[in-house]
Amino acid sequence: MTEAKTMGAGRAGASDDHSEGMSYLESVPRRLVTLYLPLALFLVILLFPFYWMALTSIKPNEQLLDMERVSPFWTWEPTFQHIKKLLFESNYPRWLWNTMYVAAAATALSLFASVLAAYAIVRLRFRGAQTVGGLIFLAYLVPPSILFIPLATVVFNYGLFDSPFALILVYPTILIPFSTWLLMGYFKTIPYELEECALIDGASRWQILTKIVLPLSVPGLISAFIFCFTLCWNEFIYALTFLQSVQNKTVPVAIVNEFVDGDIYRWGSLMAGALVGSLPLVVLYAFFVEHYVSAMTGAVKE
Amino acid sequence: MVDVTTKPMTKTGGRRTPQQSQLSAWSQLKSNRTWLGYWFMLPALAILFLFLAYPLGLGVWLSFTDTRIGRSGVFIGIENYEWLQGDSIFWLSVFNTLLYTIVASAIKFAAGLYLALLLNKHIPFKAIIRAAVLIPFIVPTVLSAIAFWWIYDSQFSILSWSLKKLGLITVNIDFLGDPWNARWSTIFANIWRGIPFVAITLLAGLQTVSPSLYEAATLDGATPWQRFRHITYPLLTPIIAVVMTFSVLFTFTDFQLIWAMTRGGPVNATHLMATLSYQRGIIAGQLGEGAAIATAMIPFLLGAIMISWFGLQRRKWQQGADND
Repeated sequence: MTEAKTMGAGRAGASDDHSEGMSYLESVPRRLVTLYLPLALFLVILLFPFYWMALTSIKPNEQLLDMERVSPFWTWEPTFQHIKKLLFESNYPRWLWNTMYVAAAATALSLFASVLAAYAIVRLRFRGAQTVGGLIFLAYLVPPSILFIPLATVVFNYGLFDSPFALILVYPTILIPFSTWLLMGYFKTIPYELEECALIDGASRWQILTKIVLPLSVPGLISAFIFCFTLCWNEFIYALTFLQSVQNKTVPVAIVNEFVDGDIYRWGSLMAGALVGSLPLVVLYAFFVEHYVSAMTGAVKE
Repeated sequence: MVDVTTKPMTKTGGRRTPQQSQLSAWSQLKSNRTWLGYWFMLPALAILFLFLAYPLGLGVWLSFTDTRIGRSGVFIGIENYEWLQGDSIFWLSVFNTLLYTIVASAIKFAAGLYLALLLNKHIPFKAIIRAAVLIPFIVPTVLSAIAFWWIYDSQFSILSWSLKKLGLITVNIDFLGDPWNARWSTIFANIWRGIPFVAITLLAGLQTVSPSLYEAATLDGATPWQRFRHITYPLLTPIIAVVMTFSVLFTFTDFQLIWAMTRGGPVNATHLMATLSYQRGIIAGQLGEGAAIATAMIPFLLGAIMISWFGLQRRKWQQGADND
C-alpha cells in the first residue's frame, strides 16, 4: 500500500509537470467556449449565494426591500448596523463561543482517540486489527439522522441533556471513523525501520508514538484537525435535538431558531449572522486549503 | 488516560527481559503487542460503542415500542410499522426522499464530473479556482441554506427580480410555497452544496491518470469522447463508486437543508424521512414512531454500503494490492 501510494504521488507529480499536456492542440476561441465559459458559469453559481449573503448583511434596510429605485446587485451605502446589532444586542457572541468550544473539545477528544486507534491498527497489528479497522469504516457510514432519536434518550438518561458535554461526547462518533482512516493512511507511510531503531534503543511504544510517529505525521494531524473542526461547526441535527436553552445553542441552531421571526426586516441580521458564522471556517480554510483537500480526498482514496 | 496507556507498557518492559537473548526487539514486540493494541483501541471503541453502536440497537428497539418523551414505552411489536404503512404522509416522505436522492445524486455526479474535467485542464489561477469551488462545502450547510431561503423569498427573491427584468416572467415565482417548486428548489440547493465534494474528489482521481495514455490515444485518432469513455471513465470507476456512495448516503439522510428552508412544508411536500422522523419523534414526542421512520431508512443505507464495498474491492483488485 505504501508503495502504491508513493507511486500514485509520483504519477500525480508527473501529471503536474506535463499539465500543459495536449492543450496546445486547442485554439483559443475553442478553449473559450469549451473551458472558460462553463467554468465561469460554475463559479458564478457556486459563489453567488455568498456574495448575496455578504451584500445583504451590509445593505441598509430600506434598500433590502426596495428593488426598483436602486439596483439590488450593489450598494453604495454600506452599513454595519446589522453586524453591530448582532454582536452587541444579541446572544450571538455567546453562540459563537459555544460553537467554537464544542468544536475544539470534540475535535481534541476525537484526535486523541483516533491517533491511538490508527496507530494500534496500522503498527501494533493486534489480533483482529483488520476487523476493527473495517468496523470503524462501517461506523463512518452510520448517519446522524437515524441515531438522533435513540441518542436523545441516551443523553437524557446520562443527565447530559441541554449540556455542551452531550455534543462533545457525541460528535466524536462522526469524527473518529473519519480521522482514524485518514491517520491510518499517514502512519502507513512512516518506515518501520525508524520504529525498530527506537525499540532497540529501548524506547517504549508510547515514546515511539509521541516522539517519532506524531512529529512525522503533522500534515495528517492538521488535515484531520481542520476537517473535524469543520464537521463539528457544521453539525446541526444533534445540536438541535440535545440543546434547549437559548444561551447554550450553537450558531447553526440559533440562526434557525432564534432569528427567524415575523419581522420583515430580519433579513439583514439573518444574513449577517450567517456570514459571521461562516467566516471563521473560511479563514481557517484559506490558510490550510491543501490540508483540507488532502483530508477530503485522502479519506475517499483509502 | 495516561495511566491507562502506561500500564500495559510496564507489562511490556517486564516481560521483555527474560526473552531478550533469544528474540530480536521486533519479534519480542509481536509477542505482546496484542494486549497493547487493545488498550490503544479503548478510547475510540468506548465512544463508538456508547454513542453509536448502542444507540443504533436502541433505535431499532424503540421502533417496536410506544415510547414517548417523558414516558418509557412497552413492546408493541410491529404496530408502529403497521401504522406507518397506512400513513400517506409517510409514503409521501419516502417518495420525496427517493426523488430528492435520485435526482440530486445524478445531477451532482454529472455536473461534478464535468467540473472535475474542466479543473483538470491547464488553466491560469488553477489553485485559486479550485479553492473557490470548495467554499460551498466549507460553509455550514444551515447557513448557506438560510442564504438560499432569502434567494428563494416569495416577495424579494433576487431570482424572480432578475427574471422579471429580463422579461421572462411577469409575477414572482413562489419558490418555496408551491409543492413542486419547493421540491425542485430544495433539490437545487442540495446539488449546489454537493457539487464541490464530488468535483474535488474526482479531480484527485483524475490527476492520477497518466497523460501519456491520452497522448497515445490521440495519436491513434481517438475523439475526445472516446478518450473519456475508454480511458478516463474506466480508470475513475473505483473512485466514482466510493464518492457516489457517500454522496447518496448523505443526500438520502439529509436533514439540515430541508429543516432550515421549509421544515417539510408546504403541506409536507418536502418532508424527507429524516425530517419527518424529527417532526414525529422529537416535536410531537412520539419517540417510538420517529424511531420506526428512522429504522425504515436502514435497508436503503445497507444497499448503499454494499455498493461501496464492491467498489472498494474492485479498486484493490485493479491495483493488484492485497488487503494491507
